[in-house]
Amino acid sequence: MEVKTKQSKELKEGVLKRIAGPVVTAVNLDAHMYDVVKVGKEELMGEVIKIQGNDVIIQVYEDTSGIRPGEPVTNTGLSLAVELGPGLLTSIYDGIQRPLAVLVDKMGNFIERGVTAPGLSHEKKWTFKPLVKTGDKIEAGAILGEVQETNIVHKVMLPPKEKPGVVKTIRSGDYTVDEIICILEDGREFPMIQRWPVRVPRPVKEKMNPTIPLITGQRILDGLFPIAKGGTAAIPGPFGSGKTVTQQQLAKWSDAEIVVYIGCGERGNEMTEVLTEFPHLEDPKSGKPLMERTVLIANTSNMPVAAREASVYTGITIAEYFRDMGYDVSLMADSTSRWAEAMREISSRLEEMPGEEGYPAYLAARLSEFYERAGLVKTLNGARGSVTVIGAVSPPGGDFSEPVTQNTLRIVKVFWALDAKLSQRRHFPAINWLNSYSLYLESLHDYYDKEVSPDWNKIRSWAMEVLQKEAELQEIVQLVGSDALPESEQVTIEVARMIREIFLQQNAYDAVDTFCDMKKQYDLMKAIKLFADLAYSAQIAGVSPTQINTVKAKNELPQVKFIKEYKSELAKIEKQMDDEFNALRSAA
Amino acid sequence: MKEYRTISKIAGPLVFVEKTEPIAYGELVNIILADGSTKRGQVLDTSDELVVVQIFETTAGIGRDSGVRFTGETIKMPVGRDMLGRILSGGGKPIDGGPEIVPEKRLDITGAAINPYARGMPADFIQTGISTIDGTNTLVRGQKLPIFSGAGLPHNNVALQIARQAKVPGSTESFAVVFAAMGITKEEANHFMQDFERTGALERAVVFLNLADDPAVERIITPRLALTTAEYLAFELGMHVLVILTDMTNYCEALRQIGAAREEVPGRRGYPGYMYTDLACLYERAGMIKGLKGSVTQIPILTMPGDDITHPIPDLTGYITEGQIVVNRDLHRKGIYPPINVLPSLSRLMNLGIGKGKTREDHKKVSDQMYAGYAEGNDLRGLVAIVGKDALSERDRLLLEFADLFENRFVRQGLDEDRTIEDTLNLGWDLLSTLPVEQLTRIDRDTINKYHPKFRTGAKKE
Repeated sequence: MEVKTKQSKELKEGVLKRIAGPVVTAVNLDAHMYDVVKVGKEELMGEVIKIQGNDVIIQVYEDTSGIRPGEPVTNTGLSLAVELGPGLLTSIYDGIQRPLAVLVDKMGNFIERGVTAPGLSHEKKWTFKPLVKTGDKIEAGAILGEVQETNIVHKVMLPPKEKPGVVKTIRSGDYTVDEIICILEDGREFPMIQRWPVRVPRPVKEKMNPTIPLITGQRILDGLFPIAKGGTAAIPGPFGSGKTVTQQQLAKWSDAEIVVYIGCGERGNEMTEVLTEFPHLEDPKSGKPLMERTVLIANTSNMPVAAREASVYTGITIAEYFRDMGYDVSLMADSTSRWAEAMREISSRLEEMPGEEGYPAYLAARLSEFYERAGLVKTLNGARGSVTVIGAVSPPGGDFSEPVTQNTLRIVKVFWALDAKLSQRRHFPAINWLNSYSLYLESLHDYYDKEVSPDWNKIRSWAMEVLQKEAELQEIVQLVGSDALPESEQVTIEVARMIREIFLQQNAYDAVDTFCDMKKQYDLMKAIKLFADLAYSAQIAGVSPTQINTVKAKNELPQVKFIKEYKSELAKIEKQMDDEFNALRSAA
Repeated sequence: MKEYRTISKIAGPLVFVEKTEPIAYGELVNIILADGSTKRGQVLDTSDELVVVQIFETTAGIGRDSGVRFTGETIKMPVGRDMLGRILSGGGKPIDGGPEIVPEKRLDITGAAINPYARGMPADFIQTGISTIDGTNTLVRGQKLPIFSGAGLPHNNVALQIARQAKVPGSTESFAVVFAAMGITKEEANHFMQDFERTGALERAVVFLNLADDPAVERIITPRLALTTAEYLAFELGMHVLVILTDMTNYCEALRQIGAAREEVPGRRGYPGYMYTDLACLYERAGMIKGLKGSVTQIPILTMPGDDITHPIPDLTGYITEGQIVVNRDLHRKGIYPPINVLPSLSRLMNLGIGKGKTREDHKKVSDQMYAGYAEGNDLRGLVAIVGKDALSERDRLLLEFADLFENRFVRQGLDEDRTIEDTLNLGWDLLSTLPVEQLTRIDRDTINKYHPKFRTGAKKE
């Protein structure tokens, strides 16, 4: 289809006039905004970002060293687009959808330039199973058939924006992505592949309000600050506060069917860790390697800055494509600050008037356009799909008042505030329970009522109250010591400590504790609540806080986190707790 | 080669040349002075009318009558096996009186990015013999772990101790060291050189020296030359290379200087907006490659202006590197060497390099527990200052003592004290055993039974 939409008219070749880093100027070039062009004799890939009289300003996705004025520039007449079709899953791309594995074959261990590689394999044959038959009337987005891609069924769709038509021929069997599998009465022919410009959101029938949580297996997230499927969240935090680990935990354990992970301007070794780990990790639901449901985009910090700017769009377009098949997709972008910095760098090379802290004035608009591509939707074919976007933000100096964090917070509904203080004391995940919030609590209320327990919402509020109370009490304790507190408040301090150490702390590196389902979360919190209830009534009955602290059962409780079949152990501890308190009360 | 005499403007380190033939971006330029000497530079901006050249040395002596020769190629570094044991200037010329380097290869100093797919996963534990690094912020091969320090702190000694003691237990391969000095004083440089000579490390080291009185702009290429050399030694000759870059703060100052001369829109505190990308292009040149034997491990050192970790230099560095070792003034004042504050320190790759088969199965848990204990004990110090020790509960009193013990026994060690990882972990257990067992919530029961001095079967009583 790419060939068909290409303008047949020969586009005039331009000439390079000026080169200054990743931004170059060409003259005498027929171009429209965001056209993809080939720069210089080596045909480096670039994109038109500004037109000024006869000058066309181009951002180049590769290193421009050695390019001279006078070299040719040709316009492809296409906008930056990704290839969509079977073969996306398990792929690892750079920011402009070049598969990194193919690049290693073509140019060795280092990223050289001037090498193109298609996003999908055009040789591999996939077994296509039709789901429409001759004579069927179909519309844009209709599912033509299926391909078993990994353990995920890839649904081949009529591209959006196509006019309705009637199926004349539909083929079944093994085809490459380029071979025609469907012909309509009016002569239009369709292969499995479709292309979509990355800067344009894929259309949907309707956007709906999210009502189901994305279960992540992380207690502080699911339990206290849940995100809905189709929702948006931001994780801002200073370096070293565990942002990347949190993102990776989400990519590993969230119950989305498809995961798109964008490493945008991040560390090479960290991407390697993801690349090495994911193929060996099991999806808790299907038991298959996590990689089978994952698309990775890795544009590390030392790869060209313009490709970094594009990587976020590449990622979300792929996410939308799977959403259109009716899947729940979650997209992690690590980190959107690097993306914003790429925008700033290019903007400053364009000598645009800078906004706050040198960021371009359109920063807020770009961020909100991006997050708005998330959502729970009714797709063109009537299915229900969602894209959940979780963006990491790396505020300079950990200062949340900087423009990227602030503009992000205005858009997203969930805020997981990472805290360097917590990570310094190895409280992980280092999410600050006082600063974080989720605006989905209301809309997810019914789900928790039905699926977890009718009293979950109440217990959640109770836990939040205890933590809030603790923060107030800590201020007093800092001044006068804990002995000066009234006895009931000394109990509160102890209960809050248990919530923090037992419920909120979670060990990502422990085989069992790394994922905690809602049921176990509920049971753990319930056990802490049981302790609290027993402790308060014992205290009223005259048992001193010092004695309450001697209850051995509470020291056993943290161990439950590391046991897979924890039920009997937990019951034993609860029983012991009950017994010990009874003993204390009768002694009092 | 054509020589132009069309210099139209000289401003700071920049020379503007007019009316040239098409000149490539990034090309190496030689400026010929009236006395016949040459200065080197690089093309920063090229167009039909004007070429902007950044000179790597001082522009003293350059005038409108100077000749300009464009070499037609980007800056290349001649590299070879006999670079080991040599001392070079910040611009890559031998300054030890020895012969010129016999190049086996000439490599582009910009260095291409390693394809993330081709990277090998860093997993080999490096034992530095320093407990606060090995025990709680483990360094692994292929990692970039900077030392964040402040003016007047002994970061150089820490770096030297690492360079001296670093080894992979059970492996006989030794490290080659590439040392790049940017804008440090002659005295500091001597300190390094003497230590290298004393320990014989110089034989397997390549030293690049850009001293405080050398041209600031040269600092832009010094780390690139060093890293190109390191990559050659690692990925072509199969060596394990430890790169020490000091002081990155001076590098960033040079970057700011050029940005200002080019009249760029400045970012935070006047540093250029592309400083993140620029630093990343240096730091990311650490790592391993699948199927190749060698590795590049980086220890950049930077002094935080005003000990401020949120200053753009440490801040951007921290976002790129895999953790940081923070040298702390308070500990230094207490007379503790190495004054490493573990609380803000971090090694992101630690978990890849520790555990069963690498260090010991209890490593992570011991480390987490010590962190938790020290953090809490450290907080209590503030409280004690107000209410006094007597007002503390028994639990808090023990934690407070733990924090002191931690600093005096775990953190403190001698300049030449080389602790094995076993020593470090056992020391950790000794300290943890001063706390009640039920407070060790980060450690599971089995591990406690196996390693805790109180339960260890057949444990020797002290």
